[in-house]
Amino acid sequence: MTLSTSSNFAKPDDAFRAIVEAHRGLSDAQSADLDATLVLILANHIGDIAVLHEAIALAKRRVIDAQQQQQQQQ
Amino acid sequence: MAQASSQAKSAANNPVGSGSGAKTQFGYRRHADQDRSATDIAAHPVVVVGAGPVGLSFAIDLAQRGHNVVLLDDADRIGEGSRAICFSKRSLEYWDRLGVGDRMVDKGVVWSVGRIFHGPSELYQFNLLPEQGHKRPAFINLQQFYAEAYLVDRVEQLPAISLRWRNKVMALEQRNDGVLVSIATPEGPYRLHAAYVIACDGARSALRQMVGAEFAGQAFEDQFLIADVKMSAEFPTERWFWFDPPFHAGRSALLHKQPDDVWRIDLQLRPDADPTAEKRPEKVRPRIARMLGHDKFEFEWISLYKFQCRRMDRFIHGRVIFAGDAAHQVSPFGARGANSGLEDAENLSWKLDRVLRRLSPESLLESYHIERSTAADENIRESTRSTDFMAPNTQQEARLRKAVLALASETEFGKRMVNGGRLSVPTVYDSPLSMPDSDAWRGGPRPGMSMYDAPIDGRYLTDAFIEQGKRFTCLAFDNASALEAPDGLGVIRIGGKGGFADRDHLAASRYDAEPGTTYLLRPDGYVAARFRHPTPAALDAALSRAAGLN
Repeated sequence: MTLSTSSNFAKPDDAFRAIVEAHRGLSDAQSADLDATLVLILANHIGDIAVLHEAIALAKRRVIDAQQQQQQQQ
Repeated sequence: MAQASSQAKSAANNPVGSGSGAKTQFGYRRHADQDRSATDIAAHPVVVVGAGPVGLSFAIDLAQRGHNVVLLDDADRIGEGSRAICFSKRSLEYWDRLGVGDRMVDKGVVWSVGRIFHGPSELYQFNLLPEQGHKRPAFINLQQFYAEAYLVDRVEQLPAISLRWRNKVMALEQRNDGVLVSIATPEGPYRLHAAYVIACDGARSALRQMVGAEFAGQAFEDQFLIADVKMSAEFPTERWFWFDPPFHAGRSALLHKQPDDVWRIDLQLRPDADPTAEKRPEKVRPRIARMLGHDKFEFEWISLYKFQCRRMDRFIHGRVIFAGDAAHQVSPFGARGANSGLEDAENLSWKLDRVLRRLSPESLLESYHIERSTAADENIRESTRSTDFMAPNTQQEARLRKAVLALASETEFGKRMVNGGRLSVPTVYDSPLSMPDSDAWRGGPRPGMSMYDAPIDGRYLTDAFIEQGKRFTCLAFDNASALEAPDGLGVIRIGGKGGFADRDHLAASRYDAEPGTTYLLRPDGYVAARFRHPTPAALDAALSRAAGLN
């Protein structure tokens, strides 16, 4: 199995909204705790270390790219 | 308790006072080797340096294989205090082969269950050996000085071992055919020639410095307070581990039983705690009293330490071979120090035996480095993960740990992510000595794994293996007539005509055996190869490979 990056939700806005709303009213620290817990739950649900590594690599790549773009714009 | 042969020679120096029954003080004795002239120094096949559990076990093993061994130690007594306490099933099986297993187990505290707590509540428990039909338990707890004392008693039964106390190695000089060893004694220096020097001289190995080897790795900042306390208590013989307990907020704690009503307590302290102050009994006592809920205990030992996880790049330096803590060091959560050192000893001794007898080329020894340095990497990885989990390095690591602990109370996957120490199991070798499987298997130990025990005819497979003399041995299921074992090979037949009865079918099921199934075991009890229907040619090829002959 490889990481699926095609759109898997029938209504992607619902999924994004659900995550956003989960953070409503939380402090930054509470939000970070929630994210950490959520990541572990979802990682276990995937249950495939290769997919997890791919997901981590994609996330890191995007975070770094986004930072670089931001720096170039400044 | 079978202790008739040992007497407390010096009660005053005995670390646990009277009644322990273990001799711990020994005298320096002059050896005839010291009278030899500089041009006529004594030559020995093997000089082992360091009479700790690893050096003693290695010397016994090699002596039992028929070699003369000189065993040097710079002290004249068994070190007191609290060092290793948990000895694994595999170590006990090894000690059975050395003739000391019963004494260790009779004295030790047998355990297999661990509990993990978070705050005031239990998160989960685990059982390291939930099945029946094994001769030895998952673990015993035994103070290291008892283990050493029993090993010294065994050494004294073996005339092939010359154990020399207060013999301190001062210098090594590598030659083509061995090593010149310069030794200091209370009566002055002398030299020996050794075909091989086995360095088992511990984490601060002087021999490692003499060969100029690096010992690099990771140091952890958190400090840990180890206290061995004597008390009568009704706690069960289980390993209890706390994250953030009410009695020691924000840190971890460990409680574990040892013989003689002694309990090991391990408390994590802050990185900036003052070691001198924290070691003072008046400072430690209230900490422990908070944990136990009373202060009716006495201290046997208090120490404060920081961990390092590191290993030598190469375990073999010319004719000097390193084993145990001298070669690799881990944090203690997981019982991977002494146990991995004993695995080193067993791995090396049969190989060196074959090389000394010229049955195998010297290159066989390289497989010791390959197999045991891989094991060291695994042990370092496991114990680093445990230590990082107990003492997170960053805020985000702490946050993830908090998430795991929060999930653990409600989910099975969370419990399994909680890392309060992963306890030592035999390493699986990806080894040039193993013959890869070519048949189909649904279970059983694959090549590179340690043999499994099983009951056979009211006894144990591990005993039957010892009776074969710890040599290459075929484990043959239900094919009593089919297999013609090559010369010099041991055979254990299970089932079929003339084989051990496998009444509960445990042996066959643990080895995924069908009629004809044959395992080739190495002298250290590791699987070298396995076949559904072995041919003499296939067995020969596997044997050659396992003996380093091709």
